[in-house]
Amino acid sequence: MSMRKYNTHDIRYFFTEGLSSMFTHGFMSFAAIGITVACLLIMGTFSLIAVNADATLKKLEQENQVLAFVDESLTEAQARTLESKLLKVDNVASVEFISREEAKDAFASEYEDDPLFQNLDPAIFRNRFVVNLEDLSLMRETKTALEQVPGIADVNAYVELSDGFITLRNIAAVISMTLIAVLFLVSVFIIANTIKLTFFDRREEIAIMKMVGATDSFIRWPFVCEGFLMGILAALIAFFLQWGLYGLITKGVSGNDVFSIIQIVPFSHMWAPVALIFVCAGIVIGVGGSVSAIRQYLKV
Amino acid sequence: MIRLKNVYKEYRNGTHALNGLSLEIQDGEFVFLVGPSGSGKSTVIKVLTGEVIPTEGQVMVNGFSLVNIAEWQIPYLRRTLGIVFQDFRLIDKKTVYDNMVFAMRAVGASPREIKKRIGYVLKLVGLENKASRLPDELSGGEQQRVAIARALLNNPSTIIADEPTGNLDPARSLEIMTLLKRINELGTTVLVVTHERDLVNRFSERVVMLEKGRVIGDGVGKYGVNVHA
Repeated sequence: MSMRKYNTHDIRYFFTEGLSSMFTHGFMSFAAIGITVACLLIMGTFSLIAVNADATLKKLEQENQVLAFVDESLTEAQARTLESKLLKVDNVASVEFISREEAKDAFASEYEDDPLFQNLDPAIFRNRFVVNLEDLSLMRETKTALEQVPGIADVNAYVELSDGFITLRNIAAVISMTLIAVLFLVSVFIIANTIKLTFFDRREEIAIMKMVGATDSFIRWPFVCEGFLMGILAALIAFFLQWGLYGLITKGVSGNDVFSIIQIVPFSHMWAPVALIFVCAGIVIGVGGSVSAIRQYLKV
Repeated sequence: MIRLKNVYKEYRNGTHALNGLSLEIQDGEFVFLVGPSGSGKSTVIKVLTGEVIPTEGQVMVNGFSLVNIAEWQIPYLRRTLGIVFQDFRLIDKKTVYDNMVFAMRAVGASPREIKKRIGYVLKLVGLENKASRLPDELSGGEQQRVAIARALLNNPSTIIADEPTGNLDPARSLEIMTLLKRINELGTTVLVVTHERDLVNRFSERVVMLEKGRVIGDGVGKYGVNVHA
């Protein structure tokens, strides 16, 4: 279906015919657009969950360091020598030594309004290392490796928390991929059937077009445009619905202390890629549906 | 020019529609193609319009060889032909003018060309005042004139009319045939497929008779009397 021989009059004609067919089969078009919107919304929602889970994991990687406590029998000087051993452990990005004194000061500053915690003996704190990881998903393995380092008494890490976010991200990815695949096929099928109805409705017109010498591609283009327009319309509707839905969910999450650990990515940071992906997916579904119908039903 | 030489057509069900048919029509001729049902008239039309490919033989239509024509060339062949059917084949929901526009848009004509050409052909068929009417609002004869106007839109060198008067009363039939003759006088080759003996006999034009997929008579004269093999 080469476009090179078509001028602006032809292209305007293709789109006008496509638009007109879309309204002629209002109910089927509505169903096709509706299912495509649903497909895009589910795809978008799960993708955004995955994006937020990923952002939260990154935040955890940056903020929630692993604490490696040094054996109490070691002096501060001996404890400092462990730094090079810790750096050799796989997945360790950096380490920072915190002495008993510094740990006490940090603790006291967290409770500066409470006189009870202001004059604590540094001896009740342990020397420790703040360990930053390269990959949070390997936290469990890294924690075990750090515990094996001689002189390290205990390692404190939020393994369950990071595991939870990784699981959430993976589940969101799997569910979204599965649903996208199923709904994509359903959308293509419904759009193909809508286009098929258009063929039946316009079979006399198609016969006349063939009789007067219309080329096959000239006959086919209006149907491709119909699918294209349905896809674009579905993408726009889905985009604005997604925006509203995301706003509602983030409002609910950010107002709830239980979810305070979740790093919410503002929609304003993502609207452009989301819009682009929706439009591309809408076009692929719409044009895919019409091309599939053309191949099956329009033997011209 | 139309030239069929030793053309055979056997359909998949085994029917031999054409059996060594040979026929030549020069540019500017007016020809009646007559014959009983099953004589091969419809197959000849289908062969000439590229709808069916002959099993054997040579077919040339307006410079296109139809035996080995590529699929993409068929629309361009059809642009050299104006085809008129018994049942008019107009789009009911479009006005006369829109039916014309539709046919011209289908071959990629510009709005300027469309406006200019439609005015001319509607005047030629005497329907310039009925452009805004729907087909249902016209008589059978007027609908067939619209179909003829549509066939003329792309300025074809040949008009092929398949039983164009089959749905019309004798007075309207004569009117349509006279119109086709007038179009022929303007230089267009006209091939009319019909079985209406009385109508054919009112014109002193070339008559080609078919039977069992072969030409059994070809000449100027009355259908069934002066036409000789």
